[in-house]
Amino acid sequence: MNLDAVPNKAGRFGAYGGRYVPETLVPALDELEAAFRQAWSDQEWRRELTHHHRHTIGRPTPLTHADNLSNELGFDVWIKREDLCHTGSHKLNNALGQALLARRMGKKRIIAETGAGQHGVATATACAMFGMQCVVYMGEEDVQRQQLNVFRMRLLGAEVVPVHSGTKTLKDATNEAMRDWVTNVGSTHYIVGSCVGPHPYPWMVRCLQQLIGEEAKTQMLELAGGLPTAVVACVGGGSNAIGIFHAFLGDENVRLIGVEAGGEGIETGKHAAPLSAGSPGILHGSCSYLMQDDDGQVIGTHSISAGLDYPGVGPEHAMLKDAKRAEYLSATDQEALHAFAWLSRSEGIIPAFESAHAFAALKRGLFKTGDAVLVNLSGRGDKDMESASRILSLKGV
Amino acid sequence: MKARCLQEYQPRKADGTLFAMPFVSERLFALRQEGKKALACFVTAGDQPLEHLPTILGALEAGGADLIELGLPFSDPIADGPTIQASSQRALDRGVRLSQILEAVREAQVRVPIITMGYANAALRNGYGRFAESLKAAGISGALISDMIPEEAGEWRSAAEAAGLDTVFLTAPTSTDARIAAACAASTGFVYCVSRTGVTGAENAVPLEVGELVRRVKRHTELSALVGFGISTAAQVHAVWECADGAVVGSYLVDLLHREWKGVQSAGMVSQAVAALRS
Repeated sequence: MNLDAVPNKAGRFGAYGGRYVPETLVPALDELEAAFRQAWSDQEWRRELTHHHRHTIGRPTPLTHADNLSNELGFDVWIKREDLCHTGSHKLNNALGQALLARRMGKKRIIAETGAGQHGVATATACAMFGMQCVVYMGEEDVQRQQLNVFRMRLLGAEVVPVHSGTKTLKDATNEAMRDWVTNVGSTHYIVGSCVGPHPYPWMVRCLQQLIGEEAKTQMLELAGGLPTAVVACVGGGSNAIGIFHAFLGDENVRLIGVEAGGEGIETGKHAAPLSAGSPGILHGSCSYLMQDDDGQVIGTHSISAGLDYPGVGPEHAMLKDAKRAEYLSATDQEALHAFAWLSRSEGIIPAFESAHAFAALKRGLFKTGDAVLVNLSGRGDKDMESASRILSLKGV
Repeated sequence: MKARCLQEYQPRKADGTLFAMPFVSERLFALRQEGKKALACFVTAGDQPLEHLPTILGALEAGGADLIELGLPFSDPIADGPTIQASSQRALDRGVRLSQILEAVREAQVRVPIITMGYANAALRNGYGRFAESLKAAGISGALISDMIPEEAGEWRSAAEAAGLDTVFLTAPTSTDARIAAACAASTGFVYCVSRTGVTGAENAVPLEVGELVRRVKRHTELSALVGFGISTAAQVHAVWECADGAVVGSYLVDLLHREWKGVQSAGMVSQAVAALRS
């Protein structure tokens, strides 16, 4: 696989990606692509971004050896601590980068979609820093289950617009953000929160997140004395996963494992695992694996984690799946909840429900003694306390 | 100019299975030769019971529609405003499927061309070739895919051409001249001019700039230029007719059908509403 060739000029990752959008948006996508290419190769802009990585986000984030998990499991578990980023997840890496770009492009108004609210909070934070107007679209169901983050966004000065259409989750929030953008395209930059959407988003978001893996690789070499045997991350749209995978793509002995939301189980149909159980389709501007019926209608998803509750996935993951460079599996709500409690008690780290899916994979018998497994802890669990206390107290935990 | 020459044009007989469906560009050329402007009417397939669809299409034609745009419901219509979104959702809630829609279109006894308006995933999921052939077999003359831009459309255009289906691409006020040229080159039925940045839906006024977009389009094509998005009154239709070959009315009719359609006895009401848009 020639990684320098993806995406190609048309924004294709192999058969996936591209641009399936209303004509109105294409000139804006062209402008965005040109602006990002220019900024990304501008040393001054990169220095400014790096400054914000250090002094705003708090990078590099630590790499923690999980002593107790490692003892219990019989192999080494290393945790990349994106939960310690400012705002509580890896999302600020992307949101801050895109906000800097929007400022450079002279855009005064920012819109975003959000599922769990982490991308919304990150975007609202960047907008507060740069004095930009911020509108965040969020599905009505997610507004209910992530109220803490709704309050955080409003406190940061963002307008949170509940979306009542369709499934009332991330998919429909994204639809509504795209409709806003198509209407206000002249004044507005749309900060897409994951490595999804029309070109250049999947590529640009990956560029802004790939430092997760770059840092982790350096830290593994320094602290563990070698590369990990495997890298594990949860996959919704897939930005934290592609962010940590990317630096290891050329290291063919390093297994890359993405964990999708298995919901109530793949066999029940109530899940959010397009790579595990979907087929190629077009949603939100690009071609990738998609949960759809045989008429091409996108079907409803289910996951305990709002951030993974999405029927599509980034096109680069679709390419990595087909090329068999990465493996994708799924963890159920139940497994994620167990991992959530397990990591909390074993290591004193409370993960987001999303990230808990990655830890669930550690118990699958995939690894053996002597392995070094790097897990991306993409976000902290504070936002999930209310849901967790409700669910876990019902289960007597 | 790539309009099909007349000897290629073989109207099918109305012998029970299929009715004659002229090619889109020819129908629109004929109107222009007569010095007339076109009215295109959009309805969402399946918003009303599908057994009523043939009557609805007939009522649009009887009222004076020159072209019918048939919306194919999609779960995630990002180019549509609240009215058409809701109609699409109602159709899906009804369990409407593409095969059933095409079955209903076959039953329709209309002479004006029908083009579908939908989203790329339905075509991709069916396979572009099968999708184009199934539309053509139902007597549909052309297809517009809202989220398909010329750069991505190579395979789709080949499939449509092989099936004898006209393609329609969109131009927008934001389109560069190069993009307008590409949309014109990829279109065979007509070129759709989006009146403003935004999604479908009724507006109080059609922006004056649309005349400029139509002029830019006309520099690149002999095909007809139709203006849509935000056109809901006779005054707006006539304002568009001043600068373009035709106007597309969508959300207004979708809303009317949703509110007032009581069954096939409502056909006259629909025809009158269409006639009123022309008056």
